[in-house]
Amino acid sequence: MDWKGRDVISIRDFSKEDIEFVLKVAERLENELKGKGSLDYARGKILATLFFEPSTRTRLSFESAMHRLGGSVIGFSSAASTSVKKGESLADTIKTVEQYSDVIVIRHPMEGAARLAAEVAEIPVINAGDGSNQHPTQTLLDLYTIKRAFGRIDGLTIGLLGDLKYGRTVHSLAEALAFYDVELYLISPELLRMPKHIVEELREKGVKVHETTDLEGAIPELDVLYVTRIQRERFPDEEEYLKVKGSYQVNCRLLKNAKETLKVMHPLPRVDEIHPEVDGSEHALYFRQVFSGVPVRMALLGLTLGVL
Amino acid sequence: MPELKIEVIPEGTVIDHIPAGKWLKVIEILGLTKPNGGTLLIASNVPSKKLGRKDIVKVEGRYLSEEEVNKIALIAPMTTVNIVRDYKIVEKFKVSIPDEITGILRCPNPNCVSNHEYVVPRFKVESREPLKLRCHYCERTIEGDEILGNL
Repeated sequence: MDWKGRDVISIRDFSKEDIEFVLKVAERLENELKGKGSLDYARGKILATLFFEPSTRTRLSFESAMHRLGGSVIGFSSAASTSVKKGESLADTIKTVEQYSDVIVIRHPMEGAARLAAEVAEIPVINAGDGSNQHPTQTLLDLYTIKRAFGRIDGLTIGLLGDLKYGRTVHSLAEALAFYDVELYLISPELLRMPKHIVEELREKGVKVHETTDLEGAIPELDVLYVTRIQRERFPDEEEYLKVKGSYQVNCRLLKNAKETLKVMHPLPRVDEIHPEVDGSEHALYFRQVFSGVPVRMALLGLTLGVL
Repeated sequence: MPELKIEVIPEGTVIDHIPAGKWLKVIEILGLTKPNGGTLLIASNVPSKKLGRKDIVKVEGRYLSEEEVNKIALIAPMTTVNIVRDYKIVEKFKVSIPDEITGILRCPNPNCVSNHEYVVPRFKVESREPLKLRCHYCERTIEGDEILGNL
């Protein structure tokens, strides 16, 4: 697979080999970085970060990745300060920005915006979240974190907890995990169950799927518990949100029944779904997960720029 | 024979087995409503063994390709097409759903970029039976009435 010039829009565009390759390159870069402190693969290259919707973590992680590769960054962090506010089309914004940069990272509130940007741009486009659709780099860093923690993904039992209905993170992660030999527990309040078509797709691909509302019952089975926040902004209806708000919390009492090796992950930011008392325990993997964002995004930037 | 109720055409295309009442949508999708689209002969609500009632559209002087006619497969999956030359049927084919549907269907997701930017809507056919399409942009799938309602 020739990565130079490739767009990273949806985990659906990835094969298992693609995923494994990115994870391998990320690991190599992480090790190189540890040895040298900083790298210069992307010297002279410019990344444009176009964040039409605010996101601290993803934007900073991409920017940090580009700097660590020796490149530089331009961009904006909210649509309010751009000509989009004057009514400029997305296509025109992209055609303009690509004159200033070598690779574009885009986050946009509309689903499909990154795909459109990639069609318009000659330079590679990386999707950093398009509405409630995809966030492929999050999925890759989640897989990387699991692989680094366990040395493998095959054979693990993984629980996805929380808003499985609206959470794009868990949708993409579940789709990617279907490439591996895993068992999945989908744990959520009844109102926030994983969409039926995704569950069917997982089963068709041979994943053993359990759907449950019982977190305590599922805990002893798990190697990984992937927790998500119930995102108020994704609910079409405030009343529906209030019904499920605060319906679960991962704390030390709950984790007493877990395997000693259980790892708890979370894409962050969290509100109250993981108690801070878990942070100091051997189970907490979510800050390591944040760290993984940098090598994985370095790998994607370097590969699509064709500099690795 | 009910077909004889409308004139036989010397040259052109006969689109048969259209579900009753759908002829207008069919000629819209095929772009036959334009003044230069050729003479049309239309029979609607014709008794049919296969469908109970059906519509027939005859397009005089124009030969529609399989690819063109496949665009109507979403609303008229049983349609058969006859190409007529010198009063004789020289070619016959059934419509089939193409791998990709471009331009004729709007994405029902109000937050899909294809409803906000200057973009031709595109759908990948995920399954034919039952029909399931996936939007090229927002990646949502649509089925059944949702497809018909957005044509």
